[in-house]
Amino acid sequence: MRKMPTALALLALLGSTSALADITFFSTQARPLEEAQQMREIALAPYAEAINYMPQETGTFLSRLEAEKTSPEGALDLLGGLHGELGSLTPSILAPLDDLQGSLADTGISQQYMTLGKLGGEKQRYIPWMQATYIMAANRKALPYLPEGADLNALSYDELLAWGRNMQEATGSPKLGFPAGRKGLIHRFLEGYLYPSFTHSVVREFRSAGAVAMWQKFRKIWAVTNPRSTAYGFMQEPLLNGEVWVAFDHTARLKDAFNKQPDQYVAFPAPAGPSGRGYMPVVAGLAVPANAPNPDASRKLIRYLMTPEAQIRTLRATNFFPVVEAELPDDLPASIRMSGKAVAAQSSADDAVLSLLPSGLGQQSGLFNKIYRDAFVQIVLRDADIEETLDILAPRLQTLINTSGAGCWLPDTPSDGPCPVK
Amino acid sequence: MKHDRWLPYYLIAPSLLFMGAFFLYPFIQIFAEAFTSSDGDVGLANFTRIYQDFNFWPSLKNTLLLTGVVVPVQLVLAIGMALMVTKMNKGRDSILYIWTIPLGISDLAAGIIWLAILEQFGFLNSFLSAVSVIDAPASWLNYQNAFALFLAVVVAEIWRGTAIVLVILVSGMGLIPKEYDEAGQVFGASYWQRLWKITLPMLRPSIQSALILRTLLALEVFAVVMMLGGSDMPVLMSETFDWQFLYQQTGAAAAYAVLIMLISVVITGCYIKFLNVPKEAR
Repeated sequence: MRKMPTALALLALLGSTSALADITFFSTQARPLEEAQQMREIALAPYAEAINYMPQETGTFLSRLEAEKTSPEGALDLLGGLHGELGSLTPSILAPLDDLQGSLADTGISQQYMTLGKLGGEKQRYIPWMQATYIMAANRKALPYLPEGADLNALSYDELLAWGRNMQEATGSPKLGFPAGRKGLIHRFLEGYLYPSFTHSVVREFRSAGAVAMWQKFRKIWAVTNPRSTAYGFMQEPLLNGEVWVAFDHTARLKDAFNKQPDQYVAFPAPAGPSGRGYMPVVAGLAVPANAPNPDASRKLIRYLMTPEAQIRTLRATNFFPVVEAELPDDLPASIRMSGKAVAAQSSADDAVLSLLPSGLGQQSGLFNKIYRDAFVQIVLRDADIEETLDILAPRLQTLINTSGAGCWLPDTPSDGPCPVK
Repeated sequence: MKHDRWLPYYLIAPSLLFMGAFFLYPFIQIFAEAFTSSDGDVGLANFTRIYQDFNFWPSLKNTLLLTGVVVPVQLVLAIGMALMVTKMNKGRDSILYIWTIPLGISDLAAGIIWLAILEQFGFLNSFLSAVSVIDAPASWLNYQNAFALFLAVVVAEIWRGTAIVLVILVSGMGLIPKEYDEAGQVFGASYWQRLWKITLPMLRPSIQSALILRTLLALEVFAVVMMLGGSDMPVLMSETFDWQFLYQQTGAAAAYAVLIMLISVVITGCYIKFLNVPKEAR
């Protein structure tokens, strides 16, 4: 009998700890140790309740959510992920957040982004949280080798090629760099920059004459690119150690170079091709699992994260820019000031071609990226025939788009039904 | 009395349950996944898919080549090292201990160590340029230099995996009765004759288990290749990983897993057949 009160006390203790449990924020963003710590200390610390910020690799993030979807009460309160990651989940995993639209109406979130958050359906599956994009960065040492008459803020792919050649001739080693390693985002360069710049499309014109010309051009650019590029994940590293002078990458992956040596680097928009200056904004969103233990607490945290103050704190922690209207203070780190200017120049360029991240592909989004990476590896690295490779890949691309039923997204013109590959 | 008879089974039960839950069940599940296409049809769709992929032949070739190069070299090295160790009287344990250090290092860490040595600004290049063998650190660990990449992985794998073969062989040599060798000496057999006619045949059971174990590990090589070769050197295991986590296609990943298992079973079968150990020696 004596054991009874102890057991009861234990039970009570367990009950009280679970009631006081932290809010669990499961996110694929701010993953590097340092960034995760800044996320906790800068962005989340002012919030009244304790938040357990858990950064996660995309693969494990998705597997865990898919595995937990059938359990009546999950353990996760808030999810943070890129548009593509959240979009690859079964939609019913994410609770509809349409009730939040009212309180976010006057924050200045772009309507286009809010529509992205519906993931192609009727209901709001995530709230746009922060944004970033891909830009170019150059070491100042590279600037003397710019081809004559080239304007850094309005570069063309031809000029990039000439620039690369000049640097290779002058230094004896290739100084261009692309993030083509396992963790690199070269597929985004192909989908959001190269294809739109040469074909004004990413799916429809996959094997068009424009695409063939594009691959021929990229082969030439690759010839003056550092061959170590296939090992690069984050371009800030080869930029900082001098292996590479001119690089393309995500703003968050150039951050260290800009912050450590702000006077040594310049940021500028991606080059333009015959069809314009393709560029791709990256949108991350906040979502609530349908089986979240305390949906009200989750929504309250979303409202906090969407305040201009929290958005600027998030910017400081992650280098992702606010999606709400927010006055940027002057004391922001160099990386933000530098990339901010390039981002603005890129999106406001006269010839800008807005390309969205692939959407509506669901479980097929990984395979979609694989098609573009495969094309790159076959054509550029393994020197396979361009037309043949595109002819092999085009039906695969069509199959996966048909499987997911995804309609065309920008820059492709809208389609009835699945986006067709010509 | 009855109680005692069942005791061994009670004691074994937890480990059997554990194996059942964490090995047998996932194993059956993977098999089912591999033969089920994404629309639920049973068939070879997943195998066709991985077969048509650009990386299928390169990854199969790389894995088999690596296994074919690494395992024999390790076997010869380990036999040599084991012979040396058994001849030693003093310091035998210390030498064995030092030689087996790589066993305690995870393969990912081993990959990082060798990357730090071999990369453009790594130890090897710094050393070579410091002693003026080369002018400037050269980047040779890249996709243009497939042979160098392969060699780097071979070196790292040999460094990392020889110890496990060594440990098995050393314990096997300890089991060979001294009398045979002494008899050989009495009849005037040379060292090489005794090695070929007595030691190695007597060591066959150990060589067999070492080969099986090492080959299975070589077919699953992953982290070392990832660190040194990245996507430039696909192997079966990295393709499995990519299909599961990068492309989110569990069926195709399961098909790769089944393929690795099939190759393992075939090779193990060959070892058992060709290194046939007489029943009385088992």
